[in-house]
Amino acid sequence: MTTTIKAAAPPIEIGTRHPARRALRAIAKHRIAATFVVLAVFPWLMPYQSLAINILIYGLYAVGFNLLFGYTGLLSFGHAAFLGVGAYTAGILIAQHGTAWWLAIPLAIVAGCVVALAMGLLAIRTRGIYFAMVTLALSQCVYFLIYQLPASGGENGLRGVNVSEVSLLGLKLDLLNPMQKYYFVFAFVMVAMAVLSRILASPFGGAIEAVRENEARARACGFDVERTKLLSFVLSAGFCALAGALNAIHLSSVPIETLHYATSGMVVMLCLLGGMGTYFGPFVGAALLLLIQDTASAWTEHWQLYVGIVFIFFVLFFPKGVWGTLLERLNHDR
Amino acid sequence: MTADPVIETRGVGMRFQGFTALKDVNVRIQPGILTSIIGPNGAGKSTFFNILSGALRPSDGRVLFQGNDITGTSPHQFAHIGIAKSFQITNLFPNFTALENVRIGLQAHVSRYGLWRRRALLQGLTEEAMALLDTVGLADCAQRPARELAHGQQRALEIAVALAARPRLLLMDEPTAGMSPEETRVMMDLIRKLVGERTVVLVEHKMKMVMSISERLVVLHHGELIAEGTPDDIRGNEMVRRVYLGQGQH
Repeated sequence: MTTTIKAAAPPIEIGTRHPARRALRAIAKHRIAATFVVLAVFPWLMPYQSLAINILIYGLYAVGFNLLFGYTGLLSFGHAAFLGVGAYTAGILIAQHGTAWWLAIPLAIVAGCVVALAMGLLAIRTRGIYFAMVTLALSQCVYFLIYQLPASGGENGLRGVNVSEVSLLGLKLDLLNPMQKYYFVFAFVMVAMAVLSRILASPFGGAIEAVRENEARARACGFDVERTKLLSFVLSAGFCALAGALNAIHLSSVPIETLHYATSGMVVMLCLLGGMGTYFGPFVGAALLLLIQDTASAWTEHWQLYVGIVFIFFVLFFPKGVWGTLLERLNHDR
Repeated sequence: MTADPVIETRGVGMRFQGFTALKDVNVRIQPGILTSIIGPNGAGKSTFFNILSGALRPSDGRVLFQGNDITGTSPHQFAHIGIAKSFQITNLFPNFTALENVRIGLQAHVSRYGLWRRRALLQGLTEEAMALLDTVGLADCAQRPARELAHGQQRALEIAVALAARPRLLLMDEPTAGMSPEETRVMMDLIRKLVGERTVVLVEHKMKMVMSISERLVVLHHGELIAEGTPDDIRGNEMVRRVYLGQGQH
């Protein structure tokens, strides 16, 4: 990693044939494979696997948010609702109804999308700060609804989301073993990343970027801007709900804080830190933030202060996020 | 006068919170020619343009396109029925290349919600986009981001994006605004080239330019239609002369 950063220094000195840039082109072309390789070796580089799983799950949460924020240009302050709905749906189904994980997870995604559709229909016509406020308000409604729901466990959160063993097509994984649990989550994340890659390369992927670049022009070109935004909102929620469901299984529980507005704020931070509108940036953001948090909290109670300082440093010196700025330097013409 | 109009307004009026911007405007735009809408500042030209292009819904009256009532049709539908516009202020996708700007315009008519196909594989879009860039003289700039183009080039690209809708009616809001004389000349040649295959309506402000390229003129003043006819008719029109003398020449 460090060697590429050094090689990248000032963009002007790099020719088009520079190896770093060529490598980057190759990686961009095979972004699913590259993501696969990096995330496959990732837990071996982390101090402990549970942290790697957290990073993977929050990375996925940020990936979903990034589809709306980075690619469609809409800042939502209510994405905790989708993480939470996904987590509670999967959690309640598994803990209280004995639903199998392979059914609970897709149902959690569907639930996230349905809630997003309802929220989106109300919010999508507002813009900018109003959109952020409406999504925030609606996600607070979701918070209180779930809080009041007897099945959710209220303040104490949901307990007993136990999936200790999964078997599929003869392959058995012991989820009490952190390394095996990592690869269980990893499999879902990779499917999600493959789907995302397809979406970004699709005609719809072009449409959302057009909406982000210039709404009035996109409309004049014949795109139904509101519908495009709504679909992006729903798809984005689907990814976040998947992250929520995986987190419920990972923690064997769902803390009520999942739905808290701080969780909505955190994902904005992850995206900004990693690089909004980049494919891999959300994982970089999640890794950075959670690593800093983990390190700082080990030696001081006031770790949030240090996380804040580091965040400000990165926002000032990496305006496009760590990954986004790196990409821009390596690949001057985008 | 005899041909069926491409677009027609019947009794169109527009009020903004008590202020009347347009009153009972009846205009028939003939096909295949260039018509310009002129008038002094505050005459209601922009409001009228926005009604024709679907950005505003008139408070009164109806708009007919090829005989069909299109009053209240949602703005994004206009590109699909065959009406495209270029904006007064350059309005592009700044971080897309010139080619991508035109290509996304073409794509809007092929696939808008497709989630699985690769848009790079959509048949013929790149070729068609290149052909349009060539029409407006931007073939050499295809790979450059729109934000890096010169002002005149951005205006030309704007027209290429509008043409990507394959419009039967092309509406242009002050296409030469802010241009140097040289750029204006190039743009006027381009506009002349575009008329014939399609109907073109300009909103303009520069009288001299309008007189030289338009076949018909529509003159608005204080939100009302005061004259309509060939440039010669308009030049001889007493009312128009009075309105413009009061304002000074633009």
